[in-house]
Amino acid sequence: MRNYIIKRLFLSVLILFFVAFIIYAIMRSIPTSYVEAIARERANLPGSKSYTEWIQQLNQIYGLDSGIIKGFFGWIGTVVQGDFGDSWVYNVPVVEKFRETIWYSFALGSISFIIQVSIAVPLGILAARKQYSKTDYAVTVVALVGISLPIFFFATILKLVFSINLGWFELYGTVGRFYEQLDGWGKFLDLAKHYVMPIATIVIVGIGGLMRYTRTNMLEVLNSDYIRTARAKGLTERRVINYHGFRNTLIPIVTIIGGSIPGLFAGALITETLFGITGIGKTAYDAMVGGDIPFSMFYLLFLAALTLLGTLIADILYAVVDPRVRVN
Amino acid sequence: MKDEKIDVNETKATDSNYLSARESHKISRENRRITDQFEKQNKRKNVPESEYTTKMKNPANVVEFDNLHTYFYTDVGVVKAVDGVTFDVPFGKTVGIVGESGCGKSVTSLSLMKLVQRPQGQIVEGEIRFDAGDKVYDIAKTPIEEMYNIRGNMISMIFQEPMTSLNPVFKIGTQIDEVITLHSLDLFHEEMKAAEKSVSNVKPSKESKLMIKARTLEMLDLVGIADSEKVYRMYPHELSGGMRQRVMIAMAIACNPKLIIADEPTTALDVTIQAQILEILMELKDKINSSIMLITHDLGVIAGMADYVVVMYAGRVVEKGTVFEVFKDPAHPYTIGLMAARPGINKEVERLYSIPGKVPNPIDMPNYCYFRDRCEKRIAACDGEYPMEIKLSPTHSVACYLYTEEEYRND
Repeated sequence: MRNYIIKRLFLSVLILFFVAFIIYAIMRSIPTSYVEAIARERANLPGSKSYTEWIQQLNQIYGLDSGIIKGFFGWIGTVVQGDFGDSWVYNVPVVEKFRETIWYSFALGSISFIIQVSIAVPLGILAARKQYSKTDYAVTVVALVGISLPIFFFATILKLVFSINLGWFELYGTVGRFYEQLDGWGKFLDLAKHYVMPIATIVIVGIGGLMRYTRTNMLEVLNSDYIRTARAKGLTERRVINYHGFRNTLIPIVTIIGGSIPGLFAGALITETLFGITGIGKTAYDAMVGGDIPFSMFYLLFLAALTLLGTLIADILYAVVDPRVRVN
Repeated sequence: MKDEKIDVNETKATDSNYLSARESHKISRENRRITDQFEKQNKRKNVPESEYTTKMKNPANVVEFDNLHTYFYTDVGVVKAVDGVTFDVPFGKTVGIVGESGCGKSVTSLSLMKLVQRPQGQIVEGEIRFDAGDKVYDIAKTPIEEMYNIRGNMISMIFQEPMTSLNPVFKIGTQIDEVITLHSLDLFHEEMKAAEKSVSNVKPSKESKLMIKARTLEMLDLVGIADSEKVYRMYPHELSGGMRQRVMIAMAIACNPKLIIADEPTTALDVTIQAQILEILMELKDKINSSIMLITHDLGVIAGMADYVVVMYAGRVVEKGTVFEVFKDPAHPYTIGLMAARPGINKEVERLYSIPGKVPNPIDMPNYCYFRDRCEKRIAACDGEYPMEIKLSPTHSVACYLYTEEEYRND
C-alpha cells in the first residue's frame, strides 16, 4: 500500500508538469493579453510612446518576449524555488491574493458540501427503501427541481423572498455594516448570517445529483442476493439496510465524494458573483479575463493538484470500504 | 422469484395482446389498491398471538403448506406464481421439489420465509403451518417482527448463487458470527440471558464473543473446511464457489434449524463439488436432526437425496409422492415427460426427449389443466375445469383426468 501511494504521488508530479505546460501554452495563446491592454492604455495617454514601443518594453518586463517553451521553463524555474511571482492584475504576490480569497470559497464549498452529503445520502436511501411510494416520488421531484433550476434564477428568487420581502438576510456581501464594532462571537454570527443564502443556493441546486446517485446504488444493492441472505438470517430490516446495505452503497459514493474534493476549493463563480462574495471563483475569473498569467497558472495548477489528490484519496478510500480492490 | 420475473418480461415481449396506456394505468391502480391493503395488514403492530398460531394437522410434519396462493401484482397483470399449493414436509425427512424454471418452486420456499418481494408479491390465501416446538405458526399471518425470530433460527435457507449470496464487504467469520449472535439466546442460554434483554441489539460480552467464534469455527469444520481459522478471517471473494456454498451451509446450520430450505444449492457448482455439497448437506441434516426442502431441476439429485417428491407445474402441484412411487410409476404426463427428458446411462438416444410447447403465460391462467395444450395423452375430459387431486395411494397423488378416484379405491 505504501509503495502504491508513493508510486501514485510520483506519477502525479509527472502529470502536473505536463498539465502546467498545457495551461501555460494556452494562457500564452489566448487572445486576451494583459500586456496588450496595458500598452493600448499607455499609448493613448497624451505625449506617450507609440503602441509598438510600449508593447516591446512591456513584453520584456513581463518576460513575454521569449517563446512559449522558453517562457514555460522560465516560469517553472522560479516556481521550483517556491516563488509564484506577483499577480499582474492585482499587483500583489499570487500566494497572498490566493490566501486572502480562498477561505471565503472554502467555507462556502465545504459547508454546502457537508450539508449536501448529509441530506442527499439519507434521502437517497430512504427513496430506495420505499421505491415507487409517495415518499420516493416526492424526493425525486424535489431533486429534479433542484437539478433543473439555474443557480442565478434560484438565487434571485431567494433574494426576493428572504431579503426583499422578509428582510431576514442582506442582499450582498460577507459582512454587515457594523462588522468592525462587533465582538468575536458577534463577528462570527454576522458572517454566518451572510452565508445562509449562498449555501442554501448551492445545496438545493446541487443536492439532486448525489441523491439520485445514492438512490440508484442503494436500489441495486437492495436487490442483490446478499441482502436476501441477510434477511433470511433473521436480521431486522433496519440492520439489513443500515449495516449490510449501507456498507455496499458506500463504495460508489466514496468515489464521488473523493472526486468532489477539488470542488471545495474551486469556488462557485456564479454564486459568489450573485452574492458579492470575494471568493476564489470570482477572483480567478477576473484574473483569467485580465490575462493574468501568474495567478491563473497558480490557480489552475492548484486545482489540478487537488484533482489528482482527490482521485488518490478516492482510490485509497475505495480500498478501505471494498475488500475486493485492496492492493497487496 | 427471479424465474417469475423473467417470465413476465417474456410475455411482455411476445404477447400479442397489446396493453393500452389506459389499461396498464388501470392495472397499476388496481394493484396498488390491493397491495396497500395487504401492506396495511402486514404493518399492524402488536398482533395478538392467537391470530397467527394454529395447530398442525399431522404432528409428524414440521411444515404443512395448505392451499397456498402467492401472487405478484405486476404492471402487466396478476402473476399467480403459486396457485393453490398443498404439501407436507415431515420431521427429519427430505422433500424434493422439482419443476421447470418459473413454476413457483422458489416462490413457495420464499413464502415460507416471508421473503417474497413486497409489495408486489403477496401471500393471498392459504396457510403455511410451521411447528416451532412450543407453538405452531401460521406463517402466512405471522407478523414480520415474529418472523425475525424464525428466519435463520428455526428455518434457514441456502441459495442458488454462492458467488453473490455472501456480503462482499464483510469477513466470513463476521457473517457467521452475526447469525449466531442474533439467535444465540437459544444456544448459550444461561451465560447470555443474564446480560441481554432484547434479541436484536445484542452487544455480546468478551466471553460470549469467544464462544460465538468457537461455534463458528466448529460449523466451518463441520462443513468440511480444513483451515477454518484462516477462512474465518477471509473475505468471500477469496473463496471458490464450492467453499462459499459450504460457508452458506455453515451459516444455515449454525442455529440448529428445524428446516433447511436448499434452493438449487448445487446449480451453480461444478459436478464434482455438487456431490460433495449434497453429501455434506445430508450428513448434517441427520446430525442436527432437521428436515430439508430441496428445490432443484435435477431429478438425479432428488432420486439420490429426497424421501418425498413434489412436482410443480405453472404454480400448481401436479404430482406428489414418495421418491419410490414417483420415480417408479410417474402418473402425471408432465412427470412422465420430465423423466423421459433426462439422460440415462443405459440408454442410447440421438436426441434427448423434450416436452413439446412451452410453459403457459402466467397472467390470466385459464381454468383448465395448464398442461393440456402440451400433453400427449389429452382426452375429452381435459376440456373441463382444472382437475382435482386424486390419491393413487395414501402418499401418492396426482392432478390429472387420466386417473379417477374409483379406479384406485378398488385396488
